[in-house]
Amino acid sequence: MHEMSLCESVLQVLEQQAQLQQFSRIKTVWLEVGALSAVEPEALRFCFGSVAQGTLADQARLEIIEIPGLAECAACTARVAVQQLYDVCPNCGSFQLRIIDGDQMRIKELEVE
Amino acid sequence: MCGVCGCGQDHAHDEQHEHQHHDHQPAGHSHAPGLSPSRMVRIEQDILAKNNLYAADNRRYFGERGILALNLVSSPGSGKTTLLTETIARLRADLPLAVIEGDQQTSRDAERIRAAGAPAVQINTGKGCHLDAHRIGHALHSLALEPASVLFIENVGNLVCPSAFDLGEAHKVVILSVTEGEDKPLKYPDMFRAADLMILNKTDLLPYLEFDSTQCIAYARQVNPRLRVLCLSAKTGEGMDDWLCWIKAALMLQGIGYPST
Ligand SMILES: Nc1nc2c(ncn2[C@@H]2O[C@H](COP(=O)(O)OP(=O)(O)O)[C@@H](O)[C@H]2O)c(=O)[nH]1
Ligand SMILES: [Mg+2]
Ligand SMILES: [Zn+2]
Ligand SMILES: [Zn+2]
Ligand SMILES: [Zn+2]
Ligand SMILES: [Zn+2]
Repeated sequence: MHEMSLCESVLQVLEQQAQLQQFSRIKTVWLEVGALSAVEPEALRFCFGSVAQGTLADQARLEIIEIPGLAECAACTARVAVQQLYDVCPNCGSFQLRIIDGDQMRIKELEVE
Repeated sequence: MCGVCGCGQDHAHDEQHEHQHHDHQPAGHSHAPGLSPSRMVRIEQDILAKNNLYAADNRRYFGERGILALNLVSSPGSGKTTLLTETIARLRADLPLAVIEGDQQTSRDAERIRAAGAPAVQINTGKGCHLDAHRIGHALHSLALEPASVLFIENVGNLVCPSAFDLGEAHKVVILSVTEGEDKPLKYPDMFRAADLMILNKTDLLPYLEFDSTQCIAYARQVNPRLRVLCLSAKTGEGMDDWLCWIKAALMLQGIGYPST
């Protein structure tokens, strides 16, 4: 399952950061998840809890910051909100939207001890 | 031994490419003094950063050798392995070819490839639903590819997460068969957006189905306006010539302009 492997990637980053920045336990993880990233926040939360068990992030709170989709239209240059990757430009009807935000999955910040 | 993953193999990792934005936060600005010494740590790191680092290694490896790597993605059963065995039969006399086979279980597909006359490495992902760049790096060691060869990577049958995991390939090629719904590109837009080429396979079955190819291609271009599309039948060979031409042209481009400085 997609969210499961992503959570494993998150945990890898956390373990690497724990060494670099010298912490041993994580209390909160702030994660930016774009609306266009094909990631289901609820599934992510569920997987994270189970993947984190017995690790430095055991019992950590996962705060998901949902980032709305934003695109720029190649035809009319308008910046428009998009819900899906295949949306049409609401301004001119073109399909040539270039995504400029909302497709990310980033770890923003941690609360550690 | 590989220092990044501790995996006991030697492969280069370019650590400089991984940006750690940990310089904004002076150490230990603690909340609730007196209580637990918790502090905030800024990370700003893409979840896929580690995979992208390995992908960059692979891409450099391919670039320096003029190797064309193609990442073939699709649902299970769309005909990836059949397309590969048919492609190998037609190209093996002209070009050095190799295949990395990703499957959750079994090495049946790798055996089909070897029987068709190309070297193949099987990667079993177990429960994992996609190939990642790190495992490709290891497979490259055991393949020892010739310069200017074509490497086909058959990804795990799954239209979701292989789109997010860069393997260092030159192109993702998405294969859709006419026995699937024509609206697959709308249902799995990430994959069709990540691909440079779509192959509509099993066209020999079109007379027996109600599949609207024109509509399917329109949906795919709605998601990815620059997508190239080839319609073919791996079984009868109809339409295979364009695919072979596309491979040869892409291979030629791969040998041009890789900065050597
Ligand atoms: N009719 C027809 N069947 C095909 C074609 N290509 C593949 N198949 C069949 O589709 C099934 C799945 O093919 P396979 O190559 O194993 O798909 P993969 O899972 O994507 O590797 C097999 O039974 C193939 O014989 C084609 O062009 N036409
Ligand atoms: Mg196969
Ligand atoms: Zn527009
Ligand atoms: Zn390694
Ligand atoms: Zn390794
Ligand atoms: Zn996966």
